[in-house]
Amino acid sequence: MNQSIIQWFKFGSPQAFYPLAGRMIPWFWAAAAAFGIAGLWISFFVAPTDAQQGEGYRIIFVHVPASWMSMFIYLVMAFWAGLGLALNTRLSGMMAQSLAPTGALMAALSLWTGALWGKPMWGAWWVWDARLTSELILFFLYLGFMALQAAIDDPRRADKAGAILALVGVVNIPIIYFSVKWWNTLHQGSTINLTKAPSMAHTMLWGMLLMALCFWMYSIAVALTRVRAIILERERHTDWVKHAVE
Amino acid sequence: MNALLATVRRDLLLALRRKSEVLTAVFFFVIVTSLFPLGIGPEPVLLKKIAPGILWVAALLATLLGLPRLFAADHVDGTLEQMALSPSSLGLLVAGKILAHWLLCGLPLVLLAPVLGLQFDLDASALVILTLALLLGTPLLSLIGAIGAALTLGVRGGGVLLALLVLPLYIPALIFGAGAVEAHIAGLGAGGHLSLLAAMLALAVFFAPWATTAALRIALE
Amino acid sequence: MLNVSGLACSRGERRLFSDVSFSLAAGEWLHVQGENGSGKTSLMRLLVGLSPADAGLIRWRDEPTPSAEFRRDLIYLGHHAAVKEDLTPLENLRLASALDGIALDERASMAALIRLGLRGREELPVRVLSAGQKRRVLLARLLTRPAVLWVLDEAFNALDVAAVKLLGELIAEHLSAGGMAVLTSHQPLPVPGGKALVL
Repeated sequence: MNQSIIQWFKFGSPQAFYPLAGRMIPWFWAAAAAFGIAGLWISFFVAPTDAQQGEGYRIIFVHVPASWMSMFIYLVMAFWAGLGLALNTRLSGMMAQSLAPTGALMAALSLWTGALWGKPMWGAWWVWDARLTSELILFFLYLGFMALQAAIDDPRRADKAGAILALVGVVNIPIIYFSVKWWNTLHQGSTINLTKAPSMAHTMLWGMLLMALCFWMYSIAVALTRVRAIILERERHTDWVKHAVE
Repeated sequence: MNALLATVRRDLLLALRRKSEVLTAVFFFVIVTSLFPLGIGPEPVLLKKIAPGILWVAALLATLLGLPRLFAADHVDGTLEQMALSPSSLGLLVAGKILAHWLLCGLPLVLLAPVLGLQFDLDASALVILTLALLLGTPLLSLIGAIGAALTLGVRGGGVLLALLVLPLYIPALIFGAGAVEAHIAGLGAGGHLSLLAAMLALAVFFAPWATTAALRIALE
Repeated sequence: MLNVSGLACSRGERRLFSDVSFSLAAGEWLHVQGENGSGKTSLMRLLVGLSPADAGLIRWRDEPTPSAEFRRDLIYLGHHAAVKEDLTPLENLRLASALDGIALDERASMAALIRLGLRGREELPVRVLSAGQKRRVLLARLLTRPAVLWVLDEAFNALDVAAVKLLGELIAEHLSAGGMAVLTSHQPLPVPGGKALVL
């Protein structure tokens, strides 16, 4: 077997991953801060005021990256879950479990900022826009995943059951997204599209990308912090944890 | 295949000895749909407009009502263990159980829906589309629901959790099922909706028993 | 035919047992002994393939389990009654066989029920039978389901003296016909010979 693959398998054990994650976390926090400062600077001071929407549009610098991350994190979570089911590695389940709250947070943030944006733009906190509705369903899927994991006492069983749910969810997400979009066009309730800001300037795109990177780094940092806590909790009876905590 | 039919026969026989459990879900369906006109008002135009949505949501909830029992009884008395160890493939036995669940919980809804549709002033052709949509959609609800029932087997607060897991996954079936009738009433034709329902059903027939079996094996560990 | 090596199992944080090894040939049986909570039932569930082992290997006819052949050759009766309360003993036997894909005629199932002392009860719903009689309905499966390896977890519980003697005879017949059995219990069993495994 290839040397690098063996190296990866070594980090697949919680004991080896715990200190590695500990070393990586500060770097991801630093990157999140750097991207965040640059992104916020562009979004508040560089990006021009929108001709139609005024200053209020600036919330998309949070809204759009949060929506992207909420979808991306579900995919990553399902990937770890599937890996855990296929290879029976303990760490994969822990990774999936640690990602779920961050994904749910991103979905909630996306819904919240969507509502905040919607009020001045369309005069309503909530419109049944296809993307907002899909985001809401995604939020429910995250809640279901977390509730299932919390309800099962045995962590290995919780991991496996959660993995099946995540995989079922990932198969369903495109179907749900497509059906909601179809439903939306059929009913023609709102024709306003949240993310298609008219004539998006280059600086806006840069701001959004930087904010997306910031959210990405933040998500990795908190997921790693959470996975370290999960490792300690699940392996508390082992000798290495007793040494590590001392 | 024989094992599948044997499971269907077994579950039907068991349901025959406990008729009340099956009837509960059916009465629930009837009562919920009848509550809406009382809550909204008897205006025929409005009722006709919301009828497909109401009938579908009620069908969704009625299916959900029967789901926790799908595997629970067999789990408690140990027969599920015997199925998992049987020389027959567990996947086939599970498929049989899902089929039996549809025959007991889904098919009555399909047969009742046209009668209830009359309460909402739907005309004959709309009733045909409604029945067709439910005929394609209710097996889908049983198949997806079985995954949730297997995942929450023996879990604290399983019933509520099951609703939380399964209802978001039911949304596409709801959209296309109710949409088929609405599109027909609007004169757009229901063909597209019905074919999409059929496609989702084909996908679920292939995928859901497999996922359910995997979830059951985990629950039995 | 049955080879078990290095089996280990833990529940939560607690290691129940490790490095359990034994083998059985045709006509042999194993008595698994141990106190409450020592992991007898866990070992049985591991053995039949209901739960995965932390370590170790189980081989049946030189194939790792669970193979299709193993499932065909195995019958496992656990703590559960594993009978349907709303059905009659006769229906229970027939349906269980049908699920296993085994044809079972009326005469054979009646003969099994009579052998287990359930004559006259075959058309009553199991719900009205006593705990011991329910257990007998389950044990009738030993006669209606052809299997080489019997894995019986606490099968002697809730049985009266006559039934204990009868089950002992059934197991002895099974062994002399070349079968194998793995049994758990705290008390001595009315079956001659046998290997012992203390957890």
